[in-house]
Formats: sequence, C-alpha cells, structure tokens
Amino acid sequence: MHEGPLHPQFEDLERQRDAARLGMWAFLGSEALLFTGLFVLYAAYRTLYPDAFAAAASLNDRALGTINTFILLTSSFTVALSVHEVRLGRARRSALLLLASILLGFVFLGVKLTEYAEHFREGIFPGPSYRYEGLRGFGPRIFFTLYFLMTGLHALHVIAGMGMLAWVMVGAWQHRYSPLYHTPLELGALYWHLVDVIWIFLWPCLYLMHA
Amino acid sequence: MTSGTYEADLVGVPETHAPTDVGLDYLRADRGIRSWLLTTDHKRIGLMFYIVVIFALILGGIFALLLRTELLTPERTVMDAVTYNRMFTLHGVTMIWLFMIPAIPNVFGNFVLPIMLGAKDLAFPRLNLASFYVYLLGCVVTLGAMIWGGADTGWTFYVPYSTTSQSAVVPIVLGIFIFGISSIMTAVNFIVTTHTMRSANLSWFRLPLFVWALYGTSVIMLLATPVLGLSVIVVALDRAFQLGIFDPALGGDPVLFQHLFWFYSHPAVYIMILPAQGVMSEVVCTFSRRQPASYGAIAMSSLGIALVGFGTWGHHMFVAGMSEFDANVFGVLSMFVAIFSAIKVFTWVATMHRGSIHFNTPMLYFFWFLFLFVFGGMTGVAVATESLDVHWHDTYFVVAHFHFIMVGGTLTGFLAAVHYWFPKMFGRLYSERMGLLTSFAVFTGFVLTFFPQFLLGNAGMPRRYYSYPARYQWLNVLSTGGAWLLGGALVLTLGNLLVALFWGKRATANPWGSRGYEWMTPVLPPKTNFASTPFIGRGPYDYDRPEEAAHA
Repeated sequence: MHEGPLHPQFEDLERQRDAARLGMWAFLGSEALLFTGLFVLYAAYRTLYPDAFAAAASLNDRALGTINTFILLTSSFTVALSVHEVRLGRARRSALLLLASILLGFVFLGVKLTEYAEHFREGIFPGPSYRYEGLRGFGPRIFFTLYFLMTGLHALHVIAGMGMLAWVMVGAWQHRYSPLYHTPLELGALYWHLVDVIWIFLWPCLYLMHA
Repeated sequence: MTSGTYEADLVGVPETHAPTDVGLDYLRADRGIRSWLLTTDHKRIGLMFYIVVIFALILGGIFALLLRTELLTPERTVMDAVTYNRMFTLHGVTMIWLFMIPAIPNVFGNFVLPIMLGAKDLAFPRLNLASFYVYLLGCVVTLGAMIWGGADTGWTFYVPYSTTSQSAVVPIVLGIFIFGISSIMTAVNFIVTTHTMRSANLSWFRLPLFVWALYGTSVIMLLATPVLGLSVIVVALDRAFQLGIFDPALGGDPVLFQHLFWFYSHPAVYIMILPAQGVMSEVVCTFSRRQPASYGAIAMSSLGIALVGFGTWGHHMFVAGMSEFDANVFGVLSMFVAIFSAIKVFTWVATMHRGSIHFNTPMLYFFWFLFLFVFGGMTGVAVATESLDVHWHDTYFVVAHFHFIMVGGTLTGFLAAVHYWFPKMFGRLYSERMGLLTSFAVFTGFVLTFFPQFLLGNAGMPRRYYSYPARYQWLNVLSTGGAWLLGGALVLTLGNLLVALFWGKRATANPWGSRGYEWMTPVLPPKTNFASTPFIGRGPYDYDRPEEAAHA
C-alpha cells in the first residue's frame, strides 16, 4: 500500500498532509471573502429596496431552486462517501461516487440554465437590458443583476469544482490513491463542499426570502 | 566574533559545517537560464521578484518625477492636463501593486522565511513560482494598458467616474485582479509554511519577529484581497455591460463601491507597512546587539494591527456621506492602530537602550523609519479625527500623510532590508560609506518632497489638481526639488549596490555579528539551505548569553 510521494522540502508525510490541508482551508477562506463582497452588496441593496427585492425574489422559481439545493447537497454527500470509500481501500467505488457527483453537477448547471432561459424569455436580463413588464423600477433590476452575478460566479465555481473532481476521479480509478495517501481527493472534496455551502446561503437570499 | 560555535549550536549537526554535505551555494547549484526560469528554489524566486520590483520602482519613480516637474509652475510645464491625470493614476498603480505590496514579502520574505524556520523551502515551491509568473502577467497586462493609453481615474477607481471615463480602465483593473491572485498564492504559502515547516523545537515564540510580521501580512492578503478583486471586477463588468450596480442614475449607490474598495485598500496599507516593521525589528536587534525589549509586544502588535486594520476603512469616507456615529467608531478604531504602532515604536527604542549600537546603513534607515513612521503616524491620528479630516480631506495634507507613513515606512524598510541581507543574498559587502551617504540623501530628499505638502494641504491645496494659484508655488518648488534629490539618491543607492554586486569585498557568513538564524548558514546559502533539518536550540536574539554559554 503506497503512501504517496514525499516532496523534498518536507521531512515526513504527516507534515506534508497537514500543509496541503491547511493550504486548502486558507484558500477556502479567501474564496469565502470573495463571495462576501457580493453578499454585502446584496444586503446593502436589500436594505435600500426591501419590497422590490421581495417581489423580485418571488419571480425566481422556488421549486427549481429547492431541487437544485437537493441536487447539490446530494452531490456533496456522494463526495463525502467517496472519501470514505477510498479510506477503506475501495478506490474504484470511490471513483464511481465521484462520477455521480460530477453528473449531479451537470444536472445542477442544467437546471440553472433552464432558469436563466426562462428569465431571458420574460425579459429579465442583468443591467440595462432588463425589460420585464411585470416588475419595473430600480430595485428589481439591481436584484437581478446581483442574481446573475452571484449565481454566475457560483456556477463558475461549480465548473471549477467539477474539473477538480474529474481529475481526482481519474486518479482514483487508476488506483493512485490508497487509504494512506488520498490527499488530492480530500482537497477536491473540501472544495466541492465549499461550493455547496455557498449555495446554501444563495438559496434563501435569492429564492426564499419574500414571504 | 566567530560564528562557528553558534552554527554548531544552531544546527546541532557538526557535519553541516562542511559545504560538501549540502552542495554548492544556491547561485551556482544549477546553471543555465532554464534553471532560473523554472526554479522552485525560494531564494532564486526571491531574486527574480527582486529584479522586477526594482524595475517597478524605477518606473513609478519616473512617473513621480514627471508629475513633480509638471507641478513646478502653476500652469502647464511639461504635459497637458489629461496626461497629468493619467500619470498620477499610473504612478499610484505602479507603486502600490507592482512595487510596495510585493517588495518586501516576495523578495525578502521569500528569501529568508524558510531559512528562518529551518526549512528547505516553502511548503508549496511550485505555487511560489506560479505566483511569480502570475505577478509578471499582471505587470504585462497593466503596462500594456498604460501603453494603450492608461486610466485617468486615480488608483482608487471611484465610481461613477471609473465606469464612465473614456480611458483604459478595464485592462488596468484586470491587471490588478491578476496581482491579487498572486498575492493570495503568496499568502497561502507563507501561512502554511509558518504553521507546518518550522524545524523541531522552533516554537512560535522563538520565531524571528520578521516571521510574525510576514504572518500578519499574509493573513491580511488572504482575507482582504478577494474583496478588492471582486470590486474591481464588478467595475470592469459594469463598464463592459453597463450593469449600473454603482450608478445612481440606475438606483445604484456609488458609496458602496468605496466601502468595498477601502475594505481591501485600507488593510493593504498594513500589507505594505507590516513587513517593513518586521525588517526594522531584525535590524534594530542586530545593530544594537540586544534582544528586543519585549518580544511579545512586537509580535502581538503585528497581529493587532492586522486585525484592527480590518475595522478602519470608513475613515477614508468621512465626507462621503456617513453618520456621525459611524464616523466616530471608525475614527476610534483607526486610533487603535496608532496604539499598536506606538507599542512597537517604544519597544524598538527601549531595545536600543544600553545596547551596543552600530551605525551601519540598515540602522541609519531604521532611524529614518522611526522619524517618518512617528510623524506620519501622528498625522494619521489627526486625519482620523472627523472634525480635522473635514478640513484636510482630499488636500495635499493627506497625500503628505500617506507618503510619510506608507511610502516612507515601506521604502526605508525596503532599503534597510536591501542593505541588511545583501551579504547573505550575494555574498559580498557594499560600501558602507556610500551606503550611509545615500541613506542620508534619501531621507533628506524624502522630507523635502513631502514636508512642504503638509503645509500645502493645510493651506488648502487640493490633491490631484493640475494647476494651482501662484501663492502655492514656492512650496511646490521645494517639493519638486526634494523629489529630484530623492530620485538622484535612489539612483546612487542602486549604483552602490551594483558596484558591490560585481566588485564588492567578499562577505563572511555573518558580517553583522547577528544571532538571527539566517546568518548561521554559509556565506551563500546552499540550494536546500540545510543538509538536514536543523535543531534550533536557542532564540533568534540571544545576545545576552556569551558565546561560550550559548554553545553549552
């Protein structure tokens, strides 16, 4: 059972693993602050236009948003299972679970695209192209500009996360990871969980908060 | 003094004395251009950063000299008003993102951090190399935008002007976004390295103070940079697609941009000043031959500044529309920074007390730093006071204040580091006489440039203006004269170091008699720094123990 490569700057594998994990956590902290900027914008404009934001949020399809939440949560679950499986030495099964997560990622993006398409058909565009007759004014326009910015940036992260999962999936399928060495898989999983957590905050802000 | 006994004490493995065990020094270990461009050696990456930031300093300096020359007369002197606006934007962007932010962490931090920790390299050497190339890409994009025409918004990119200006805002903010990625890469690397790469027995409270400063800097870089990245990207998208997120005509709030911008850009001031403070902590101990008066006070105040620095951004916006209560909170939090800074200043001064002070060039820069930092800091407390700020806001007083504290602090810190670590980086000694002379000239030029600007601002001259009433001229002439003196002094400094680089006397392993860990390596550190992880049996400032006792 192999323990993975030891890079020359490290003394032992344990420290190398600690370094990799800490590096990923630090990076995730940075990513969280990236989204925080957008959440701050959302909060500020929601305070400025409370009614318009509630009305605009009700135009988003609550059912689709909730389904997508389930899809993403399930994908996080399969990723967590995949880490569990590789720790038990079942690398092939781990790879299949990663494949499931990636496919769920595609479904998520697909649902997101249908929502975008529906909005565009109604004339809900970001910025100056907004021309939905049912809801006029500054507030809804800013809401949807932020909606497209936030979900767009999140979608980019979903795509990046799927790329990472695909990379470690190939590695797992080729038995590059063992119960003693699976750091890349673990890091990919951590990143995917972050993508999930951000969505957990986007979901109420953009779909639920209009009662 | 012989450093041999110390070295043995430090590394605990006598064999490491012999250079054959660790291979050739890092400059000769590999040959060829590829061995430099694709290196993962933190020391070589530091040197590559060194070259680029020197060019950035020269470029930003040329912009500054052109600006000051233009301000020699109230009317047009050498350039038209549009060029002037672009010039001060380029000056700010170049000096902040190309020079000051990477200058100390990426050059000297890269070079000495792993050695100070007793490690062979940073935790992620390839990420380190990538951060250099990302930084280089940022330089190319930003400089390309300058050739394209540059922006005329000032380095702050305030909306709505930045979303309507006809100049090349988008490529410049993209360049800044790319610099941000490089900063974050460095920050992750430094934080992880400090946590996981310390050699056995090197506890947190035995870390050299420069490491604490780099750690605080990295935390700020990690958490503040993404917010800046986001805000400039929103500005770029806004320009490209007229989103109107910050446009009042479309219901947006331009002040929100200022909040987001300063949430990064105020802590960014501490990204620039903390590493300089770290350098000064090393310099003052080495050249006073004393341990710091309080290690804990200096280390903890670095973290204090890093944390409080996140709560002060509003003091840039006292006149932008803010409730009195908010303004007072931001004002008080800003003054907290002064408390932490004062703790540092008093500790440095107390360190010199009864020390054996050696007037080498880095030490002289420490004295200049002390003056500029205290003077700039006190004016900082003044502008953090709301009632005073209303008078000084957007005048030359503010320009003089931040040049004193931020530029004065970073520049003297950078130059102190340049001279202090020169023997370790290049194995040669610079001319101390020329070093002291140029240091004196740098300080004189600096004060002559910026002190008149305090008076100009107090007399009411707004910043960024192209022309001014004739009564301000004599102060502007003084300031311009100072700028040329400063420029000349910096050129002489560079000349002195270049001469030393090629013809300087060979250095010994520890020419300053420092007890810092990095001086216990051979004259030029070998590629992997240590043959095996050293056992560090003492603190980095154990000047109180006689050598024999330190060895025992």
